[in-house]
Amino acid sequence: MEVFIVSLLNGLVYGMLLFMLASGLTLILSMMGVLNFAHASAYMLGAYFAYTISLYVGFWPALIIAPILCGFVGAAIEMWGLRRVHRNGHIAELLFTFGLALIIEKGVQMGWGLLPVPYRVPALLDFPLFSIYGTNFPAYRAFMLLISGMMFGAIWLGLTRTRIGLVIQAALTHPEMVGALGHNVPRIFTLVFAAGTALAGLAGVIGGNYQVTEPAMAFTMGPIVFVVVVFGGLGSLTGCFIASILMGLIQTFAVVFDVSLADLLAKIGFIVTAKTPLAEVLTVTLPRIGALLPFLMMVLILVFRPRGLMGTRDT
Amino acid sequence: MSFVRRNWLWLLAAVILLAVPFLFYDWTKGRHSGFALTLLSEIGVMAIFALSFNMLMGQAGLLSFGHAVLFGLGSYCTAHAINAVKAGTFWMPIELVPLVGGLGGLVFGYLLGWLATKQRATAFAMITMGLGELVSAAALMFMAFFGGEGGISIDRVMGTSLFGISYATPWQVYCLVLIWAFIAASLMKLQTETPLGRIANATRDNFERAQFVGYDPRIVRLMQFTLSGFFAGIAGGLYVMIYEIVTFDTLGAAKSANALLAAYIGGAGGFFGPILGTIVVVLLQSGVSLISSAWLLYVGVLFIVMVMFAPVGLIGLIGMHTPIRRIGRLGELVVPYLRAFPAALSVMLGFVLMVELASNITIGAAQGKKFAIAGMLINTGSPVIWGIGLLGLIGGGFWLRIEARRFRRRWDALIEDAKRQGVVV
Repeated sequence: MEVFIVSLLNGLVYGMLLFMLASGLTLILSMMGVLNFAHASAYMLGAYFAYTISLYVGFWPALIIAPILCGFVGAAIEMWGLRRVHRNGHIAELLFTFGLALIIEKGVQMGWGLLPVPYRVPALLDFPLFSIYGTNFPAYRAFMLLISGMMFGAIWLGLTRTRIGLVIQAALTHPEMVGALGHNVPRIFTLVFAAGTALAGLAGVIGGNYQVTEPAMAFTMGPIVFVVVVFGGLGSLTGCFIASILMGLIQTFAVVFDVSLADLLAKIGFIVTAKTPLAEVLTVTLPRIGALLPFLMMVLILVFRPRGLMGTRDT
Repeated sequence: MSFVRRNWLWLLAAVILLAVPFLFYDWTKGRHSGFALTLLSEIGVMAIFALSFNMLMGQAGLLSFGHAVLFGLGSYCTAHAINAVKAGTFWMPIELVPLVGGLGGLVFGYLLGWLATKQRATAFAMITMGLGELVSAAALMFMAFFGGEGGISIDRVMGTSLFGISYATPWQVYCLVLIWAFIAASLMKLQTETPLGRIANATRDNFERAQFVGYDPRIVRLMQFTLSGFFAGIAGGLYVMIYEIVTFDTLGAAKSANALLAAYIGGAGGFFGPILGTIVVVLLQSGVSLISSAWLLYVGVLFIVMVMFAPVGLIGLIGMHTPIRRIGRLGELVVPYLRAFPAALSVMLGFVLMVELASNITIGAAQGKKFAIAGMLINTGSPVIWGIGLLGLIGGGFWLRIEARRFRRRWDALIEDAKRQGVVV
């Protein structure tokens, strides 16, 4: 039970972090059709910006400034890069962001060095909030939940209750019609791209000190975020939210349960020894394949249900 | 004679490739440069790999992010086959060993392709990415086949050659790689002219119409994917022969990205584009990485520049000159090119200087390296040197812009002239 509750909380924290990244990517992908490989790079940039800013003025201003900087980077990428590449088709756009991700990773290595930077949790939040069954739950994780929860609320209200949100929703499916009605669709694209990048930056600010701020963080996070977006389905924030939480829980719980297929077989009276065929496959434990489960799920859902959990159209 | 006339390009390439190692030949000691030979062999292997990748991207319009899986699995199959021959399990001539890799690639290409080709476009790209991550992670789990982190080592001196060659020296291996590269490349070239190759083009351009004609795009994709796996596997088999070891990073995303970069930089539209791209990428990777830690950045920037300004790739850029050559006025472009060259050089040098300065301050200094140009030690903190870099980049940028406009006018005039003379542009 204690393991269950602690894992549940940790899974929620991780899932919400994933959602902050994935929500922006879902909007960008459904609206512009761009599979943005540089999205996780914005997450990394957010963490590094926040680290540098917090060296001078502290964590709290960084929480505001770093995402805004990321937003500007995103707007610049969209206006001067993607829009130009757009003429050459979707594959060119995708490859453009792919190259951008490579460059940003190298740029970060050159700007901040190869080693992880000591980006720490602010002292104000560096205490255990409560403890269950002897395990401390850090206040910072609760803070992360709070921030990401607020952000979820803000996105939801913004998209469903404001005028610009309604225009964005319309542009998701019928960009030509929205343009014909007199809205500046390219500017909406820029806005969404910038907002998505800023959200990823915010995720980086609060996730960078929860995990490790290092040049490889974009490439470890990137594929998982794709999985979440594809799994949740295009054009659906709800699906994206469910997929994020699911993925967070799966990854956390997989680490906890140290079982393998062989253990299950042993329960029904079949003992796996080194001589059994496929013994190596059967004895792999769940924590070891935990990191693989998301990819397995992505491949399966793309093959059998390409529109994802709650998507409105095929990927 | 007509064979020579029809295939002069291939024959010329073969002669050049056999001659190049002798440029680096150490005449005093009477032996080849190992570095040059390994580099050339690497180019040969990666060229096959990039060509096989382009069978998907260029021909069938399928962007794969996990193509290295087939390359790597081919390598592992070859490594196990070589070890089995050494142990005396069965006999096999060493010259045919890369074929084992090819068959491995074929089988795995069919299995993985069966999943991946159910979808096309973005979904296909995502499935291949997922499969790539799955297989490369599985490589660290299953010791028996993949050998864990240490990988599988082999000894390529098997003593089962058909021609009595030992393959102990890099030169012999290079010749083997060359022969296989030519076989694979010409087979792939022939494949583009088969009905399958043509229909693959059709499904790329408009899969619905291809469906109407009566072909199942899924089957076309699957066959193309499987064949591409075969050639990727051959490349993998040769890779094992060169390095005598295969580790899990042959399956990884970085290797897949290499093929993508090579194919795109070279040009996915033409058959020979990926070969050109491979030469550029491998030279940057192996040559520049010796003197600079930022080689990946240069490849990335080159890639982005190509995507933004020349999506047709290097081969496409060359091909754009054909109409002007037809009307015999190629010479008129020499002066505009020469005028633009110093501007482009200035931009490039300025950029490289700033990148190197930056990477020396953060990464190089941590490794205790000093920054020197032509033996002159340079203080990386001095504003003067940064100023020079910035001036080269920005000043050169404006200069290049002016020259590019002038070039553009000349170019448009020539193309206009070509059109008037009835040359197809």
